[in-house]
Amino acid sequence: MSALTAPKVDAPSTTATTAPFGLMAEFRTPAEIMDAAKRVHAAGYRYWDCHVPFPVHGLDKAMGVRRTILPLLVFGAGATGAMVGFCLQAFTNAASFSIWALVWVTGYPFLISGKPLMSVPAWIPVIFELTILLSALSTAGLMLLMNNLPRLSHPLLANNRFRRASDDRFFVVIEARDPKFLRSKTEAFMKSLGASHVEVVEDC
Amino acid sequence: MASNSSMPSMPSMPSMHNSSATKGFVDTDNTEQPIGGRAPLVLNMHRFGEVTHQVCRVAESKPPLAWYVAFVICLGMLGFLGICVNYLIFTGVGVWGLNNPVMWAYDITNFVFWVGIGHAGTLISAILFLFRQKWRTGINRFAEAMTIFAVICAGLFPGIHVGRVWLAYWLFPLPNSMEMWPQFRSPLLWDVFAVSTYFTVSLVFWYIGMVPDLATLRDRAKGKFQQFAYGLAAIGWRGSMRHWHRYEVAYLLLASLATPLVLSVHSVVSFDFAVSQVPGWHTTIFPPYFVAGAIFSGFAMVVSLAVPARELFGLKDLITLRHLDNMNKIILLTGCMVGYAYSMEFFIAWYSGAMYEKFAFVNRAFGQYWWAYWIMVSCNVITPQLFWFKKVRTSIPLMFILSIFVNVGMWFERFVIIVTSLANDFLPTSWDQFVPTWVDIGTMVGAFGLFGVLFLLFCRYLPMIAIAEVKAVMPEADPHGHGAHAHHGGPHDSHAGHGVPSGAMPALRDPRSSEGQP
Repeated sequence: MSALTAPKVDAPSTTATTAPFGLMAEFRTPAEIMDAAKRVHAAGYRYWDCHVPFPVHGLDKAMGVRRTILPLLVFGAGATGAMVGFCLQAFTNAASFSIWALVWVTGYPFLISGKPLMSVPAWIPVIFELTILLSALSTAGLMLLMNNLPRLSHPLLANNRFRRASDDRFFVVIEARDPKFLRSKTEAFMKSLGASHVEVVEDC
Repeated sequence: MASNSSMPSMPSMPSMHNSSATKGFVDTDNTEQPIGGRAPLVLNMHRFGEVTHQVCRVAESKPPLAWYVAFVICLGMLGFLGICVNYLIFTGVGVWGLNNPVMWAYDITNFVFWVGIGHAGTLISAILFLFRQKWRTGINRFAEAMTIFAVICAGLFPGIHVGRVWLAYWLFPLPNSMEMWPQFRSPLLWDVFAVSTYFTVSLVFWYIGMVPDLATLRDRAKGKFQQFAYGLAAIGWRGSMRHWHRYEVAYLLLASLATPLVLSVHSVVSFDFAVSQVPGWHTTIFPPYFVAGAIFSGFAMVVSLAVPARELFGLKDLITLRHLDNMNKIILLTGCMVGYAYSMEFFIAWYSGAMYEKFAFVNRAFGQYWWAYWIMVSCNVITPQLFWFKKVRTSIPLMFILSIFVNVGMWFERFVIIVTSLANDFLPTSWDQFVPTWVDIGTMVGAFGLFGVLFLLFCRYLPMIAIAEVKAVMPEADPHGHGAHAHHGGPHDSHAGHGVPSGAMPALRDPRSSEGQP
């Protein structure tokens, strides 16, 4: 196996400016990329990805993507929202002490129509809304964070051919930092997947 | 490099009926359910690039003349709204026609009307998503946009009706020098939380859903400014499947969160009335009745907007007759629910034996505002019954007229509930009549201008249809059935097929066979 003698690619072995980001293979149909993804996964690559214009059903499983823990985190956020909702109302409408929340604030026991101070049933709408609010904001926020997303530049976005990843083409990208990445060998491997085009993506 | 795809000639404009197979076979009617299969949701297109192009070209080319005309009109109305609101703020709420028993009138009528309109978007994007109704993909984006703009219009009214607008922040539990807090047992405060949460969550849902399509616009953008603006808005989306995985989970979560939320919002709005003790308001049927009415009016507004939009921007293959037919069915269903609620209110008023309650309802139908009541019944209960006929459900002019009727009827429903109950309350000596002033009417009309301006800008600059989602429900998106040029006969072929008039038809114009370009 020539892989044994291969230089480590993620080290800046050639000239630092020309170290590529990775290799990109283009496919035309969901079935082709599904097949390719299974084979790349089977070949043992780790730093690779499929870029598709819409979520191809089952492709994440074929790539060996593990199920995200996002729902658990969102559950935590929702529970926090419910707690915040309860405490906010209990403090502002039923408490008579002061706490420090950036400034000193004092509760105000609201006595309305002789109703009990802790009128929990009347607080349910606000508790519910805050549960939903916190869950929804954290769903969106955590999804983006876990995807490393608010991101203004990326080597792939500088590639002209890659523009069709949001239109009608399906791409497999294997990154150069993958331990199994070896430019010539990986390129041959990607061609063998039935790609209509394989090219190097420059780092930028 | 061909950044905007291998676009052949666009499908020719659909003729109004389904001519049998001549050369340019164009399908316009997908309302029939094919036996053992599913009706197609995307007509006359078999390639993903065609969908991209059809949607994006709206944002990429100059809009039709009608857009400019509509925009100028709406801008004028918006300007008038600005005049009315400023006049109100600088003078006081006395410029409205409010009087002592009728302390809420056009302001809260408009608020409830617009919040109701706002319900269809989330219903389509969340509830229909959970029910796996794939037809939602054609209409969800602009229904969600409509939701957001409607909630903006709704939020305007409580904001300005408080009188001292500059103290509107008292609505929120903010520390202040008076050491006072909002009273959390009040439904009006629940409303603040419900509507602001609804707005925020709808906005997030809409934006997250739009990110992949903004990336499409970014990748197709020619101008420097467009590349920058869409690039910023797309926050670096690259269609990575690892991202899509979390994205789909997040979308499901957002849909599951938005579903109870949308039901809660109009329930809470109805508590504004139901929790009080005014006869005609104090009824337990209000929450479900308001929610049904909200969905009813919201769908009517979607139809009112979709019909001109699909004509104007050439989106008839994506917002098909089947979509409109389905929406009209929902209008029929919710219209029946609203009609049931109206009659049940009368029954309970009689059955309760409460004098004031009985009077309130008889007075609604035959009192000084009888005309408003009968406009409401005609537009909400009687005319939607025409949707039992498929000919009406699939007739573009008729559905447009009926949907406008529903919008009018639902506005009057809120007017009837609010004004008739207040104008003739417990003590006949304090009865009065509400007469709107020009500021009342100007603010109402102006709100439509605000809505129109926002909606027209959205149509012009943002992807009006969820491109990625539409692609995902095309039969070609199935990685098992249609993939590697294995065309017919795959196990998933019935998925959403070409089948309507004849299964062999699409083969004649199978675009894949001509897909030679790199």
